[in-house]
Amino acid sequence: MIAITLLILPAVAAIITWLSGNKWANRVSLLAALSTFVVTAKIFLDLRYDDAVQVISYSALWIDRPLIYFNLQIDGLAMVMLGLTNFLVPIIVLSGIGATVNNSKTFYALIMVMQAALNGVFMASDGFLYYIFWELALIPIYFIALLWGADDSRKITFKFFLYTLAGSLFMLLAFIFLYLRARDFTIDTLYNLSLSPTEQIYVFLAFFVAFAVKIPIFPFHTWQPDTYTASPTQGTMLLSGIMLKMGLYSLLRWLLPIVPFAVQYAMPVVMVLAIIGVVYGSWIAIQQNNIKRLFAYSSLAHVGLIAAGIFSLTHMGLTGSVVQMVSHGVNVVGLFFAAEIIFRRTGTYELGSLGGIRNVAPAFHTYFFIMLLGSVALPLTNGFVGEFMLLFGVWQYNSIIGLIAGTTIILGAVYLLRMFQRAMLGQNNVVTEGFKDLTVAEHLTFLPLVFLVFFLGIFPNPIINMVRPVIENILSLATK
Amino acid sequence: MPGFFPNMYYGILLAPLLGFVINALLGRKLPKPLSGGLSTLAVFIPFLITCLVFIDLTQGLQMINANLYNWFSVGGYRVNYGFLLDHLSVIMILIITGVGTLIHLYSMGYMHDDEKYSTYFSYLNLFVFFMLMLVMSNNYLGMFIGWEGVGLSSYLLIGFWFKNQNYNDAAKKAFIMNRVGDLGFLLGIFFLFFYVGTLEYHSVNKFLQVSPLPTEIVTIIALLFFVGAMGKSAQIPLFTWLPDAMAGPTPVSALIHAATMVTAGIYMIIRSNLLYSLAPIALEVVAIVGIATALYAAIVGLMQNDIKKVLAYSTVSQLGLMFLALGVGAYTTALFHVMTHAFFKALLFLGAGSVIHAMSGEQDIRKMGGLRKALPITFATFLIGSLAISGIPPFSGFFSKDEILAKAFEQHQYVLWGLGVAVSMMTAFYMFRLLFLTFSGDFRGTSEQKHHLHESPLTMTIPLMVLAVLATVGGFVGLPHVFHIPHYFNEFLDPVIYELSSNATDHAHLSVSTEWMLMGIAVAGALISIGIAYSMYVKGKQVPAEDHQYSGLGKVIYNKMYIDEIYNTLFVKPVQKVSEILYKIVDQILVDGVVNLTARFTMISGNIIRTIQTGQSAFYILAMVLTLVFILGYFLILQ
Repeated sequence: MIAITLLILPAVAAIITWLSGNKWANRVSLLAALSTFVVTAKIFLDLRYDDAVQVISYSALWIDRPLIYFNLQIDGLAMVMLGLTNFLVPIIVLSGIGATVNNSKTFYALIMVMQAALNGVFMASDGFLYYIFWELALIPIYFIALLWGADDSRKITFKFFLYTLAGSLFMLLAFIFLYLRARDFTIDTLYNLSLSPTEQIYVFLAFFVAFAVKIPIFPFHTWQPDTYTASPTQGTMLLSGIMLKMGLYSLLRWLLPIVPFAVQYAMPVVMVLAIIGVVYGSWIAIQQNNIKRLFAYSSLAHVGLIAAGIFSLTHMGLTGSVVQMVSHGVNVVGLFFAAEIIFRRTGTYELGSLGGIRNVAPAFHTYFFIMLLGSVALPLTNGFVGEFMLLFGVWQYNSIIGLIAGTTIILGAVYLLRMFQRAMLGQNNVVTEGFKDLTVAEHLTFLPLVFLVFFLGIFPNPIINMVRPVIENILSLATK
Repeated sequence: MPGFFPNMYYGILLAPLLGFVINALLGRKLPKPLSGGLSTLAVFIPFLITCLVFIDLTQGLQMINANLYNWFSVGGYRVNYGFLLDHLSVIMILIITGVGTLIHLYSMGYMHDDEKYSTYFSYLNLFVFFMLMLVMSNNYLGMFIGWEGVGLSSYLLIGFWFKNQNYNDAAKKAFIMNRVGDLGFLLGIFFLFFYVGTLEYHSVNKFLQVSPLPTEIVTIIALLFFVGAMGKSAQIPLFTWLPDAMAGPTPVSALIHAATMVTAGIYMIIRSNLLYSLAPIALEVVAIVGIATALYAAIVGLMQNDIKKVLAYSTVSQLGLMFLALGVGAYTTALFHVMTHAFFKALLFLGAGSVIHAMSGEQDIRKMGGLRKALPITFATFLIGSLAISGIPPFSGFFSKDEILAKAFEQHQYVLWGLGVAVSMMTAFYMFRLLFLTFSGDFRGTSEQKHHLHESPLTMTIPLMVLAVLATVGGFVGLPHVFHIPHYFNEFLDPVIYELSSNATDHAHLSVSTEWMLMGIAVAGALISIGIAYSMYVKGKQVPAEDHQYSGLGKVIYNKMYIDEIYNTLFVKPVQKVSEILYKIVDQILVDGVVNLTARFTMISGNIIRTIQTGQSAFYILAMVLTLVFILGYFLILQ
């Protein structure tokens, strides 16, 4: 039963937030998000992680024809994703304190709806239910990006919406096909389904397009830089911090175990695409002058590496992918928050107009630099452990591809240090002269993120141990 | 006593970490002497603790090795936070914390008027923490933590005066170039982890002794590790960051970019000496890269006019000699030179700092001269440092450098030996050129500078004097065989060096007469160089030309053989160009173009299909009939 509270709580919170009016919306939704976090923590403590089969689950018949269950299931992997989501949402809400948002009751209500949908995606163990949540998550973020985005956001968000929706429709087709074969959408049935190689390849293609657009994997990414740049920063945080992990998570949960033959068959192609994304994204980020767009391309590189780790089908790669999903979520939210702070005070994201912020805002500088260290994967920060495992996994698949993927540690330093130098160091100019250091709310937003940068970097084992049985199970299904 | 790691020893790491945290969080509120004093103490305490370990080691203790905590373990691969105090790491720690304490003390005087005084000390402590992590870890990934950590501290300290974007560029360059090396190190770690299954030094060595890996694999690992060493220890082709790194405060140059961090690559190879001995090809590469770097940097050093740049190129050159030693399999000799170099090069840098301090920031030796009278202590100690680096007996540099050349000769590497002697001669020349131009003759600066000239305060001169003593006597722990006194340094390090049984027979020592001859040649060469420098700059009162007056080969050397410009054209510019092309053409026009084309295609086909929807029933009936006929016909033909 406790699983379902992770859906009900944010859903109810959405209504209350909307009713509470523009003045209180931010604080009410913060309170709601915090209570969801508390429930998540309770589940975290209840769960046993030594066995893949031991899960918290909720099961009910939803529709009997076609046979659809309202099945929720929390295992170690789902727990990590829920932890990430319900940790980041309060942070994202908190980051909005001090910013003026028009019609904030709707804005924060939509974030709450988004949270419910995301929790649903990570818990659903019935294919159809999962699909519903997957599509549901798109709606609030679409409106957030459209209504609160930059002036040019109409066209951009429409493209984003269409692109991801088109991808998802392929997934729906695949699910319908699977249902016709299995007469059932439950994940256990789908795992045990024996499909012919040709069938597997069709199902793979359909699923892959949906996930590849969402993640995004090169060359399905062109919606992403524009959307990240045009969305309000809290929307960008939701998208990059949590929503793109839906795609990566789904690779692990809904792709590898269901069509193992096709996965192994397509492995080289996907691997090459993912690694192209790593180098391509990093390389483009080098010359970007808009901070948000720079982070968008950097994010493309990071998630490309995560996808490559998953498709390496190694223990290292899969474990690294989970560790890095969490680290990337933490770091990218921190980085976008830093961009947001700069924008709030200067009205620009352009590196050319900035400089010298460290002189006037030392505390902000320190937090920003720590988030940057996590992102360049310095040892003892969260980024390193994940990146080490991912690169090691990819290297085990093929040492040359491992070498090419490894250039990300050089290119990452190039674009991030360049960005930091231009924005934060050097002399002040008219734009940055009166730059105020952080407010209390901004300190509070950064602190948990900074804590996790170090904590996960120094003690990554809790996450690794949580997902170990699940990863072993997925690997044994995917390589049989 | 493996497995037993008394808590006191964690103080070695905790003290500088604590010093960093306190100075970073509270430093601004503390009075300056307290902030700097705490920071100095945080380096001195580890020194004292390590002295105790050193005594234990001389009394028969083999090592202290312990795994503290599991960092992560995945699918049979385990990585621990584990620490090792053995003969090798203890020597390194003593150098780092000993020289480190002196440089911290010196900094209290040197940085006294800086507004970010406590920030400086927090960074310095952070560096010491990571450097100790680097040498104390008992596995390669632990070493990698320190490895990247010192890179970070180095970045922070090179760009310490961050208002100056040129300094920031230098810091960024250092970090990125080191990252290139780090990628090599990381890939080496992958190979090692995969083929050996562990990263702990002792398990790796045990594995290599029992079940040797194919030579290709060992060679690949050794070469990849060496790529890492090239970055950190500024060897060709990854050396250009080090001269630029002089943008940092001078004590930082002394500590990080001369005495300790840049020797990490040498430490790494000594630590992996069994691996390298199993890969002779890799050793050969190390020797060649080493001597090439030593030569290049010595040549460039001949013509530099910035007091710190001369010392920087000298450091690159000396590091090259250390790699030469490693390359001929003389691991302990390399470490011997690491130690003596730490003494005399730290001394020289701190002396340079004292000069710059007195000259109100001036670094160009063409504008100095005659400083001997105003700075007597600095002059005397600088002279000792110069004698030591030039290899004049009985100063420390003589013994270690002589041993490197002797080992090369012993291995029948006569070309390497000859080039090594050439490097020594050039070293003696550029060092005494520097000394004479700075301290003798007439003052060439402004009268305002002349008015300001003063000897530095005691916090700065005491470290100079202590280092001068060390630079003088430091070599006596490793006397050549001809003196028939045990080589204490090599004997102490014996337990960490693995002898290959195949090499055991090949252990012939040089004859006494050969050894005397080699020494004679080296010393005579150095004396000749000093003589030339004396006749040019003291007798002849020559002053190097202005920047624009160089031509021909002189111009090429003066401009560091245009390596930076070449790298710029070969790497930096193309990378930026490709970045723009990828963004503006590939991403926005090609990839996105296909996406938009798909959308347009859908719209156009929609428009075409829409024209069928005429709304006239007659047309629909016609279409139905035609379709029916078509399907029927299709099946009839098929049957």
